[in-house]
Amino acid sequence: MTAVAPVAVPIAPAVHRGRSVTWWGMLMVIATEGTIFLCLLASWYFLWAASKEWPPAGVELPDLKLALPFSFVLWGSSIPVVIAEHALRTNRIGTFRVGMAVAFVMGAAFLVSTAIDFNALHYGWRDHAYGSAFYTIVGLHAIHVLVGLVMNAVVQVKAALGRYDRGHHRSAEAAALYWHFVDGVWVFVFPSLFLAVHFQ
Amino acid sequence: MTLATPPEEVVPLEPLEELWHDPPGLVGFLTTVDHKRLGVRYIYTSFAFFFASGLMALAMRGQLSEARADLLGPGTYNELMTMHGTTMIFLFNTPVLAGFGNYFVPLQIGARDMAFPRLNAFSWWVFLFAGIFMYSSFLIGKPPDGGWFGYTPLTSSTFSPGLNIDFWGLGIVFVGISTTVGAINFIVTIFKLRTPGMSLNRMPIYVWSMLVFSFMVLFAVPAVSLAAGLLELDRLFGTAWFVPALGGSVLLYQHLFWFWGHPEVYILFIPATGMVSMIIPVFSRRPLVGYLWIVAALAGIGFLSFGVWVHHMFATGIPPLAMSVFAAASLVIAIPSGVQFFAWIATMWQGTVRLATPMLFCLGFLFIFLAGGITGVMVAVMPFDWQVTDSYFVVAHFHYVLNGAVVFPIFGAMYFWGPKMTGRALSERLGKISFWVMFIGFNVAFMPMHILGLLGMPRRIYTYDRGLGWDGINLLVSVGSVAFATGAGLTLLNWIRAVRRKEPVPDDPWDADSLEWATTSPPPEYNFAALPVVEGRHPLWDRRPLRYATAGGPGTEGVTAVGAVERRTPVTEGFDTRPEEDLRIPRESWVPVATALGIAVLFVGLLVNAEIMAVVGVVGIVVAAGVWAWRTEEDLR
Repeated sequence: MTAVAPVAVPIAPAVHRGRSVTWWGMLMVIATEGTIFLCLLASWYFLWAASKEWPPAGVELPDLKLALPFSFVLWGSSIPVVIAEHALRTNRIGTFRVGMAVAFVMGAAFLVSTAIDFNALHYGWRDHAYGSAFYTIVGLHAIHVLVGLVMNAVVQVKAALGRYDRGHHRSAEAAALYWHFVDGVWVFVFPSLFLAVHFQ
Repeated sequence: MTLATPPEEVVPLEPLEELWHDPPGLVGFLTTVDHKRLGVRYIYTSFAFFFASGLMALAMRGQLSEARADLLGPGTYNELMTMHGTTMIFLFNTPVLAGFGNYFVPLQIGARDMAFPRLNAFSWWVFLFAGIFMYSSFLIGKPPDGGWFGYTPLTSSTFSPGLNIDFWGLGIVFVGISTTVGAINFIVTIFKLRTPGMSLNRMPIYVWSMLVFSFMVLFAVPAVSLAAGLLELDRLFGTAWFVPALGGSVLLYQHLFWFWGHPEVYILFIPATGMVSMIIPVFSRRPLVGYLWIVAALAGIGFLSFGVWVHHMFATGIPPLAMSVFAAASLVIAIPSGVQFFAWIATMWQGTVRLATPMLFCLGFLFIFLAGGITGVMVAVMPFDWQVTDSYFVVAHFHYVLNGAVVFPIFGAMYFWGPKMTGRALSERLGKISFWVMFIGFNVAFMPMHILGLLGMPRRIYTYDRGLGWDGINLLVSVGSVAFATGAGLTLLNWIRAVRRKEPVPDDPWDADSLEWATTSPPPEYNFAALPVVEGRHPLWDRRPLRYATAGGPGTEGVTAVGAVERRTPVTEGFDTRPEEDLRIPRESWVPVATALGIAVLFVGLLVNAEIMAVVGVVGIVVAAGVWAWRTEEDLR
């Protein structure tokens, strides 16, 4: 090998600017977390298929009075987030903050409804596998909503302090994506745990 | 010659060293985010666990070397057996591969660091704490003893009261965080940080293998975290997931465990084959034959491996039709493995083979993998599996694939890349001796196990009676394991000697083709002053001198030496790799270690059932992660 001087070249930038690495990172978090829920739902159906009665005899079916309307509240909360995201891209921080705040209230309301539902149940998660599965899956989703709320709060404070003013808002994009994920998971959890057991 | 040096007038290199150096001493140790420091740490930590695990294996082989030996009692034997398996899978094989990936993926794709350097540090700290967590069980005399697979109901609180299993169950969830976070980092790094010209079809096979590894981790690890996590819910909080009397299912545990467990075999195997695909062409003096075929094989194995898990459960009473499907998938997976095998043979056939130590380890790998692959096809056939399941035949099979076909490439990689990492030459002579002792020791240890299995010796037993025809073979196995351990010890000795003797190596001692050899040994913190511009699959073979970027667009100057001065690395467009923007590489930071510490406090709190401690842990995590999220814009701008 002989010593040779390196050759230099200029590099032209891309015409189109893609998603940030933070957004991609969050997408991967969602992929792996989504798999957790997929495995949990598979376990739910596995236990169901292996049982004679699901829920076991004498155990009440899930109550839909609160769960159904508040599911739509949760799903609906993605709309203000979409509006907020769009506002962010066009640098309208005020609209962004309003959108996130509305979503926050809707998410929090959903969480309260879940707590009320949990409180009204006549069985615990130690009583039978049905109870274990119900509490674990709905509870884990509730924790995800809570994490979404914390992210939402952090993002709002950052926006209030003017940290997103100069077109740099990776953490906001990531938080929004996570919010949609939490809503999306409920699209699978709610029919499996709350609706399907009513139609046997 | 220093190919890493760009046109000298662009940038004086001395100030760069200061700009990139971590603070000295303990502060630098705790706060560093340098992918190379972390990669080496990953490798050293994993090898510490490797040798600990090896000592446990030797103790077990001592106990089994003769009938009715009384070196270890049944309880101790169970503990060592459990921790040996758990360590090898969770604390050696997976993290050591992540360590090599950490070090070499950014170098091979021409980036200055990983996409999330602080997450990278976090991942190592979590791995370290999880390892300490599991090993601390020895200090209080309660190591896990339910087997590395932790089957319930044996591991339920009814049959295994005490902390032993909790160390295991919580430890698995704990270390899973590290593996998953690492995988996310690899995927984004590989997709978004490739240097201009490094399009997907020019990526080194090793980078491809780490990409497949990461995607598999992403979709497989949740299942084992869930299996262990639900087991702990049952144990700590009294739920009924795996309690049949209350409608739970022990078979569900096995499904969840093996939904991860079988892909895991390939999670370990694929990066190992990636290493082999890097080493064989360099020592055959020609490009790899069938690049696209190998990439397709890697992806194919990745997909298929998710459809074979039930072959671990052939003896559990699953409907025959379902089992047939899984048996067929298990046979089909031999095809992409075979494609790789023939590509390696063809590469050597057409090349000029040089038998340096890394190449010897690859040849040893080929031999062992062939044997392990054949027994794999045998146990994929249900009637055969029913005969040998839970016997030493299975122990022999999975040591051929997991120890032989993964550990040998890793040792080859130590000899191949070691000089790049340390800047010191390893002794070729000692390396070759080490290889032969390991290779012969390995086969003496594990080949006779096939016969033991066919003679009916069950696995997981701590002793056996005389006169069953197992005595002499068991002694032979034990002698082989001592030889294997001695061979591995010689490589450790070689490494320590090399680091001490300070004999420098050239930048490119093997005359290799990929970008890590274009920079100094060891590489500077910024990897490349100006980033190399790639024009083919084998940058250092295709074109000498290598070309470097001298000018970028507005906001994308990071490709040039400006990136080294301002700690910026370009984010490039996924397909044609034109720079989109620059990623600011964060300076050293306390948040990774603080967040990992919060997780450790939480897990210890769960273990000892101290609610306050668990709450403190959660608060710690939230605060540290909050600070982290708070700083994101500033750091990444």
